[in-house]
Amino acid sequence: MMQFMEGSLAVADAVRLCRPQVISAYPITPQTHIVEALADMVANCTLDAEYITVESEFSALSACIGASAAGSRVYSATTSQGLALMFEVCFNVAGMRLPIVMTIVNRALSAPLSIWNDQQDSISLRDSGWMQLYAEDNQEATDLHYLAYRVAEDHEILLPAMVCFDGFILSHTYEPVETLSQDQVDAYLPAFRPYQRLDAADPISFGMFASPDYYMEFRYEIDRALERAKERIARAGKEFGKQFGRDYSALVEGYQLEDAETAFVAMGSLCGTVKDAIDEMRAQGKKVGLLKIRCYRPFPGPDIAKALAGVKRVAVLDKNISLGSKGAVGLEVKDALYGSGIAVYDYIVGLGGRDLKKSDIAAIAALAEKGQGDQFYGLRQEVLR
Amino acid sequence: MTFRDWYRVDRLPTIYCAGCGNGTVINCALHAVDAMAWKQEETVFVSGIGCSSRAPGYIATDSLHTTHGRALAFATGVKLARPDLHVVIFTGDGDLAAIGGNHFIHACRRNVDMTVICMNNWIYGMTGGQGSPTTPVGALSTTTPYGSAEGVFDISELAVAAGANHVARWTSYHVKELTRAIQTGLETPGFSLIEALVQCPTGYGRRNRLREVSDMIEFLKTHAMLLSRYRKMVAEGKPVPADIFTVGEFVRRNRPAMGVPP
Repeated sequence: MMQFMEGSLAVADAVRLCRPQVISAYPITPQTHIVEALADMVANCTLDAEYITVESEFSALSACIGASAAGSRVYSATTSQGLALMFEVCFNVAGMRLPIVMTIVNRALSAPLSIWNDQQDSISLRDSGWMQLYAEDNQEATDLHYLAYRVAEDHEILLPAMVCFDGFILSHTYEPVETLSQDQVDAYLPAFRPYQRLDAADPISFGMFASPDYYMEFRYEIDRALERAKERIARAGKEFGKQFGRDYSALVEGYQLEDAETAFVAMGSLCGTVKDAIDEMRAQGKKVGLLKIRCYRPFPGPDIAKALAGVKRVAVLDKNISLGSKGAVGLEVKDALYGSGIAVYDYIVGLGGRDLKKSDIAAIAALAEKGQGDQFYGLRQEVLR
Repeated sequence: MTFRDWYRVDRLPTIYCAGCGNGTVINCALHAVDAMAWKQEETVFVSGIGCSSRAPGYIATDSLHTTHGRALAFATGVKLARPDLHVVIFTGDGDLAAIGGNHFIHACRRNVDMTVICMNNWIYGMTGGQGSPTTPVGALSTTTPYGSAEGVFDISELAVAAGANHVARWTSYHVKELTRAIQTGLETPGFSLIEALVQCPTGYGRRNRLREVSDMIEFLKTHAMLLSRYRKMVAEGKPVPADIFTVGEFVRRNRPAMGVPP
């Protein structure tokens, strides 16, 4: 059914249909509408789950670990400082191989305090062992939750997943979203079948000490599982397309790339703006295209190399900065294209909610054509003096 | 100097909602600070995250606006590095008693020489009215749509139990008493907590049958019971109404304290 919905409420509705048994979250702007809606559903018995009002994000994800280890399907949502506070717990979740799904409503990190959008928060957790999926619009944001649970709980994968969508730009924006019925979701996402769980009759321990003789192998196994996840995400995405008409089998998605000379690479809501800008530039005869990265972890390097094989230059739009180096996506795209001879230019854009317009996209294309890149774009002039 | 000189006038008006009690508490605090005759360059305000924590932004001294719940940890660092500075913290129930609960009890335990002013509005105000550790049982919030079922923290009693040198609770209605209590806190060596119950018509009142600003202030006025009276009633075995809260000075003592200038 097509409905005109706020992004947060569309995501909350999708989470409800995933039948989480335990939800544990702490309020933080701009995530609040999601968890308020879920608290309401639990209180109104439209969602049969425990909702835990914890005292911090650290407690929120810790409670999720307990609930997941006990054998429940678990959900949380956070952003920015909340995710930063969860840093320690995030590594534990992946290390214990618990298939928790968490929505990240992307927001900038302090200091200075900002409640506005960029992707620094989830990017900073890229090394934690979680899968990371980035949504371009609210339809994709809802759909990726079904997909995330399905892949995360796959016994060949058993890793947590972050579904990332841009704070305010998507979370607080109303868009038409096709919502699914419970029967449809049940047909796509089977009931949670834990691979292992806490059971007094058959005791196991999660998160025990590993000596130097064994620790590395645990990390290796997580890395291998993430590698396997590429194929599982593709398969689950294809299955989703078969059942609901929206195919998510591609980890990266091209737009007007076939004959493009300059290709943008972007993640999240920015992709919509870039596509519009591309249409305008194409009308003026400029051969530009976009490669949208939907799945950032695991990083689909070979897919990116294949998709960009025919372009002359690449302009990566990074809504994050690995301070002291470059944008995180730009660095990995450079790695993916290493040896190809294709020039890759990185642009740090949109930090802390700085708007990026279609005219900016055109200006960045011009910079890339001149061979100017690896820079912040759109800074206030006074800092450049 | 007057309390007005402590304001960054160019930052006014505040971002607070119409009818919010936080401005009253800031006014009381600045009256008390002004009465101490401290210099602005020797005074530091520290805060965490939340409506209360916007306060230092309106005050004309150096300040640290830190992360959610951590104000006391940051303030401890300031005070121990520079015992000569006066350190005052603005915080709220969510900041102090929820996410910062651990720092709170340990700052009381260490009895670090600082004054904490906690604006308790029974709710997470800035994020839109979610239930906090002081949301009364049965009260409505955006995460407890049919009433909070969890027990509450008594912030002042917690500070007494954890070892603070001076603890008092008043409300945004009791401006004279609140100002005097804050001044006592500023004068007392060691950790001082002043809990100020404040009206939050936007996040709390309108969901809890206290729709008008005056309704909430009236509630604060009529439901506050002097601690001395409360203790007398308990001692005499008289029934105490369940919906009152106590106000007054909970403790003033002289435990060994950290960060007291020699």
